[in-house]
Amino acid sequence: MNRVIIGSGVAGIAAIEAIRSIDSTSNITLIGDDPYGFYSRPGLAYFLTGELHDKALFPRTAEDLSKLNFRNIKGKVIKVSRAEHVLELKNESRISYDRLLIAVGARAMPLEVPGANLEGVLKLDHMSDAKLILKQARRGKTALVAGGGITALELTEGLLSRGMKVHYLLRRDRYWSNVLDEQESRIVEHRLREEGVTLHRHAEIIEVTGKNGKVAGVRLLSGQTLKCDLVAYAIGIRPRLALAKQAGLAIDRGILVNEYLQTNDPDIYAAGDVAQAYDPMSGRSILDSLWAPARQQGQVAGLNMAGRKTAYVKAAPFNVTRLAGLTTTIIGTVGRGRDDDLVGIARGDSETWRQLPDSMVAQTGFEVNRLRLLVGEKTLLGAIVMGDQKLSFPLEKMISGNVDISPIREQLLAPNAKVSDVIAEFWANRN
Amino acid sequence: MAFLGLFKWDVDKHTVLASGQVVPDSARCVQCGICSYNCPIGIDVRAHAWSGEPVRHSQCLTCGECVARCPRGVLRFEATDLFAKAKS
Repeated sequence: MNRVIIGSGVAGIAAIEAIRSIDSTSNITLIGDDPYGFYSRPGLAYFLTGELHDKALFPRTAEDLSKLNFRNIKGKVIKVSRAEHVLELKNESRISYDRLLIAVGARAMPLEVPGANLEGVLKLDHMSDAKLILKQARRGKTALVAGGGITALELTEGLLSRGMKVHYLLRRDRYWSNVLDEQESRIVEHRLREEGVTLHRHAEIIEVTGKNGKVAGVRLLSGQTLKCDLVAYAIGIRPRLALAKQAGLAIDRGILVNEYLQTNDPDIYAAGDVAQAYDPMSGRSILDSLWAPARQQGQVAGLNMAGRKTAYVKAAPFNVTRLAGLTTTIIGTVGRGRDDDLVGIARGDSETWRQLPDSMVAQTGFEVNRLRLLVGEKTLLGAIVMGDQKLSFPLEKMISGNVDISPIREQLLAPNAKVSDVIAEFWANRN
Repeated sequence: MAFLGLFKWDVDKHTVLASGQVVPDSARCVQCGICSYNCPIGIDVRAHAWSGEPVRHSQCLTCGECVARCPRGVLRFEATDLFAKAKS
């Protein structure tokens, strides 16, 4: 049995581990086109801020990987011949498979304005992008960041910590409006300004202007021009679908897979950011761009590829991040609508956060400690915890476990309720 | 008070620092490695965060560097029963 995995990210590595947990000898081949192999892509943010050395981003040593006993090929697959069960690589070599996993992830949406190809227009997708950003970041010079979501803030914080003057451009009126509520956006924006970031609202780049092939500034839709030495953007990501399209697999916005992470070709699986996985609970196929679901999907796909039929049970989407230095946990469903700052889904985002059913909002907090709950009929549907994180652990358990909150529902929804105290007491009494 | 059981760490931080162990919550972890990078004695805390196993390393100083520096709140201290019994 030849099992081949395309993509060296967390889904691919988790799949290999899962296969090896069942079958220690069969052939496994990993083909990846990232020259750096497996590393923590979310960790690139902390490499940018200088909290980490780049070498620390690799969770596996060469020795760790060799223990998993697989063939590791650096290369790009350009064709899947499903009838023959053969892959063609860019270097013209051919590799046959019995079972295939496509875990090629997502890529940053390109900035599509004149001048976007000038030197100094940067995105944050891979290790190579992070290294390029650090090479071009200059103390005292001016950087301009465009986009919404987590990655745009990570770029802002990274460039700030490298001593650059940072201007942050929002196309509409507030930060990450499809996930955060207005007060949460304002908290983040206030903290950015305190750090010295200049915020521009209703600011949309229509042209990057250059001098001698390098960035010199931008022109905005309003007609305003801004001078800068570097433009960094994060306007969303999109699953890398070229291979699936070529292979004729069923796709929507990602590769469509059933709850066993199988595509419409039973010998081909997909997992991670590229997969749009069917969720039997909601009856929908959902895109996630989060590390934990990618790992879990890789594991489940690996088990299925090794013959142990296992369904992917989507956990309540959950992410912890730092927004302007403020630790923020997002659990379950918290927001709604679309965000004009993002062309694609944000990296570190889950579509489930925005499937808002009938619910009521209970919130509490002040300035930098803030808690917002989405209260359903019998359970909590979502929560966002900014600042103090004591409650995020019990909230995660309550939301993912569909804990019946009937005894405290009225207390939570009472005017001026001390929501955090109610939750803390409820949880402590349960345990 | 209901809070006491839940947030022992705050209530008696020093006791836990001396007698606790570092426990990871894998679902929060993105394997960035800040924990391992900052461990003064070189324990691979990140590997524990992948497997979900508490850091039961005999040389762990419970200094708290990894817990404090993790940007995603993956790590927390939990008191170990062994020491709790020895104390009482």
